[in-house]
Amino acid sequence: MIWNEEFETLPREAIASLQAKRLQQTAERVYATVPFYQKQFDKAGFKPDQIKSLDDLKRIPFTLKQDMRDNYPYGLFAKPLDEIVRIHASSGTTGKPTVVGYTRRDIDNWTEMMARSFVAAGASRGDIIHNAYGYGLFTGGLGAHYGAEAIGASVIPMSGGNSKKQLMIMQDFGSTVLTCTPSYSLYLAEIAAEEGIDIRKLKLRVGILGAEPWTEKLRDEIQEKVGIKAIDIYGLSEILGPGVGIECIEAQNGLHIWEDHFIPEIIDPNTGDILPDGEQGELVISTITKEGIPMLRYRTRDITRIIAEPCICGRTHRRLARMCGRTDDMLIIRGVNVFPSQIESVLMDIEGVEPHYVLIVNRDGNLDTLEVQVEVNEQTFSDEVKVLQSLSRTIEKEIKDLLGISCRIRLVEPKTIARSEGKAQRVIDNRPK
Amino acid sequence: MKVQQISIFIENKSGRLAEVARVLGEKGVNIRALSLADTSDFGILRLIVDNTDVAKDILKASGFTVSKTEVVAVEVPDQPGGLSSILGVLDEAKVNVEYMYAFVERNAGNAVIIFRFDETDDAIKVLQQKGISILPGDHIYGL
Repeated sequence: MIWNEEFETLPREAIASLQAKRLQQTAERVYATVPFYQKQFDKAGFKPDQIKSLDDLKRIPFTLKQDMRDNYPYGLFAKPLDEIVRIHASSGTTGKPTVVGYTRRDIDNWTEMMARSFVAAGASRGDIIHNAYGYGLFTGGLGAHYGAEAIGASVIPMSGGNSKKQLMIMQDFGSTVLTCTPSYSLYLAEIAAEEGIDIRKLKLRVGILGAEPWTEKLRDEIQEKVGIKAIDIYGLSEILGPGVGIECIEAQNGLHIWEDHFIPEIIDPNTGDILPDGEQGELVISTITKEGIPMLRYRTRDITRIIAEPCICGRTHRRLARMCGRTDDMLIIRGVNVFPSQIESVLMDIEGVEPHYVLIVNRDGNLDTLEVQVEVNEQTFSDEVKVLQSLSRTIEKEIKDLLGISCRIRLVEPKTIARSEGKAQRVIDNRPK
Repeated sequence: MKVQQISIFIENKSGRLAEVARVLGEKGVNIRALSLADTSDFGILRLIVDNTDVAKDILKASGFTVSKTEVVAVEVPDQPGGLSSILGVLDEAKVNVEYMYAFVERNAGNAVIIFRFDETDDAIKVLQQKGISILPGDHIYGL
């Protein structure tokens, strides 16, 4: 099913000309209303009316997360506050939160994109959508909520936390679609097992999971343990919130990014050079319909590639491959780039090993050390020391084979690695900054 | 001829061993024999208790990873050369011992050696052929 047949299947040439027109309008608007962008254009010696085609996009300088912080809280807003109907903010774990404002039309567009996303994921008006994304400053809860209502589904505004109650509601209300982070869906399965509930037997059939990077292996595990189709959704508050991109249930391979609202580019994070379709690099997004806080060439820090091949679902909007990490999640250990998701894929390849892990990085003299804590479970446990030691060595070897760095595996008791009800904390970096 | 043993994964941090003992004590489970294998990161506590299934269930409910294994209890006279004779028999028959531990019976004055073999049934056959006294599980649980 397709929510907006006309726009979601627009021919490529029509998308391109719509993008060029909307890009130019956005550039002119921000140049006139946002001092930051005026300076950016002037520094580049370039005027918005010189944008003649999409090719001119590359002449616009990048916008960084730091620019949002420098203009905290409202400096990047392109509309006066009396036209802003909603304000969200990021969690601000690494500094001041980044603040975004939405006009009425922005909310309508967001709702439209979330509606498209739900339908692409296989949801419809007959569904009971159990929304376990946090409601509040975080965009997840409300963003998903509006889209769910728009398609006419019954939405349960659960928000995060209180897992036992989540399960009770799921059972009693007959939830069919779950929206939350991938790690939380597994956590719910664990709590269900403890409570003697077979979560696979509930009416849940689809999970729309996002807000943290995950892997294909984790998808298999979730599909198996929770008994749902697990669909990847992408979004970030700086650009919109959830619903920037979604996998279709037909292919479950790559996230369609709504190209009538956004222009995606992939760049080399070190040089800023634009990379061709198919090459992996940092995702850069320009918003071309946003009014409250338009973003030109925003560096998302997410690592992905563009899949340009047509999709079997019929949508013409190109796909982003599953996010494989963030440039700022990337650890540099002894000069090697390491993404937590790579460690995760190693663990999931080893029979019986749980996907719960923490990476602990220390500096011993001048040398970085990596410890990976992995939970023992009934399947991997043995009464013989040598069996457990060989499990550790196997993991160490697999990580060494993949990443070329040696690490130390520390087996820990089950359920001792903190479970997150929001975004999972996978890295503890104790090195001096 | 086999004895049920439970093994518990114990992270190497303070209080974990005490926690196992507390949980078992509270539910009135009596420990007959124990051994702890330890590495720098973790230990494996092996126990023979008076009620294996109850012990396993309550430890699992307390969040421990527990497994059940079959071991063999052999009785030898508590005197010099007692252990040596048994090991000689096993060695001759090329029976591999994964690990073992021992204790002395209170009344009988005999030593009891608990063996974990990789081929338990073969090992029992060898011991029986040599007339070595194997203690049944119930004997150990009820000590």
